[in-house]
Amino acid sequence: MSVKHSLLALLERGPAYGYQLRAAFESATGSTWPLNIGQVYTTLSRLERDEMVEALPENESGQRPYRITEAGRRHLAGWFASPIRAADRPRDELTIKLALAVTTPGVDVADVIQRQRAATLRTLQEYTRLKADEEADLAWKLVLESMIFKAEAEVRWLDHTEAVVARAELPAPSPFGHYEDSVEPSLPVEEKR
Amino acid sequence: MTVLELRDVSRVHGEGENAVHALADADLTIASGELVAIMGPSGSGKSTLLNLAGGLDAPTAGEVYVEGTALSTLSKKKLASLRRRHVGYVFQDYNLVPSLTAAENAALPLELDGTGVSKARRAALAALEEVGLEPKIADRFPDEISGGQAQRVAIARALIGERRLVLADEPTGALDSTTGEEVLKLLRRRCDEGAAGLLVTHDARHAGWADRVVFLRDGRIVDSSSPLAEPESLLEGAE
Repeated sequence: MSVKHSLLALLERGPAYGYQLRAAFESATGSTWPLNIGQVYTTLSRLERDEMVEALPENESGQRPYRITEAGRRHLAGWFASPIRAADRPRDELTIKLALAVTTPGVDVADVIQRQRAATLRTLQEYTRLKADEEADLAWKLVLESMIFKAEAEVRWLDHTEAVVARAELPAPSPFGHYEDSVEPSLPVEEKR
Repeated sequence: MTVLELRDVSRVHGEGENAVHALADADLTIASGELVAIMGPSGSGKSTLLNLAGGLDAPTAGEVYVEGTALSTLSKKKLASLRRRHVGYVFQDYNLVPSLTAAENAALPLELDGTGVSKARRAALAALEEVGLEPKIADRFPDEISGGQAQRVAIARALIGERRLVLADEPTGALDSTTGEEVLKLLRRRCDEGAAGLLVTHDARHAGWADRVVFLRDGRIVDSSSPLAEPESLLEGAE
């Protein structure tokens, strides 16, 4: 998540100080990604250093509002215009887990997949219930729908993986050379529910 | 209150070596107000379960109860009557009668059950309004309305009268995602008002509207989720 770009986008609405920016961010995203106020001020300082925002005089309550500059506006436009590359996203633990599940002796891959599918569907149900709230505002609904579609994609990928694994004859993974004589580890997933 | 109960239900097609176990030892209970989604790969027994639940097919073992009545104890005539009065069906391809208007299609279950034409029409118009269709749609034929409108008519037909069990088999079929979602909202609302719903779907996003999800594989229920807690818990601790 880019705090820098989020703050620039919010300042495009007009000058605001730190607490206002944090509240506006959390309102737009339904508090899905809580922002630390320290993070907001650190980012504002960096943006000021890079001349993307400028500090305005403090108001009577001692709060200092910030205003977006032309340079900040250009930077923000560039962000909106650039697609997010898949390579920019962090490593996907689920993909890694399943890749290891099919190559680890004794793991019931179908069971791992079903546990994940049930958990993802549960999350999807909860997102759907939040979305069904007629009072949810548009920005929050968009965030929820993004999470719903991602969860759906994950379930579809799990369905596909299950079918591929069921059809594949999994070869027994070969042990590492210098561990051949070691004792086989026991895996919690071997235990039947 | 339990509306639908499957007790140790199996359905086998054929005999001996050629026997195909479409559904094995299924136990499922759905209460009033609940929407349950059935998921599973193609051929896992989803539609078989739905057909058995609605009395469109009979189990080879076990028993299906609709509002406490064991379907196997009913004569064909009484079973047909129970289906008309208590069970609504929504199919993927709508199954509207092409020679009847939207209102006539919606009114069909009531008319088949002996309700007078004008009373049935009044109920049909109310049912069409309930699913968000404008009155001008009522006198159009299925080929004169969009897919989304046709599916709404099918839902109006499934909900008309006092049906307490609604069975839907991939009801969003070829509809675009927002129209499909409207259809699911209707189903959800009907369940919130007290019906019991069973939704067969391969689409996780649609299953998201359900209270519980039941997973089938090779004719067996392999997993079943419990009802949801309040949603507030979801976002606690989010980063």
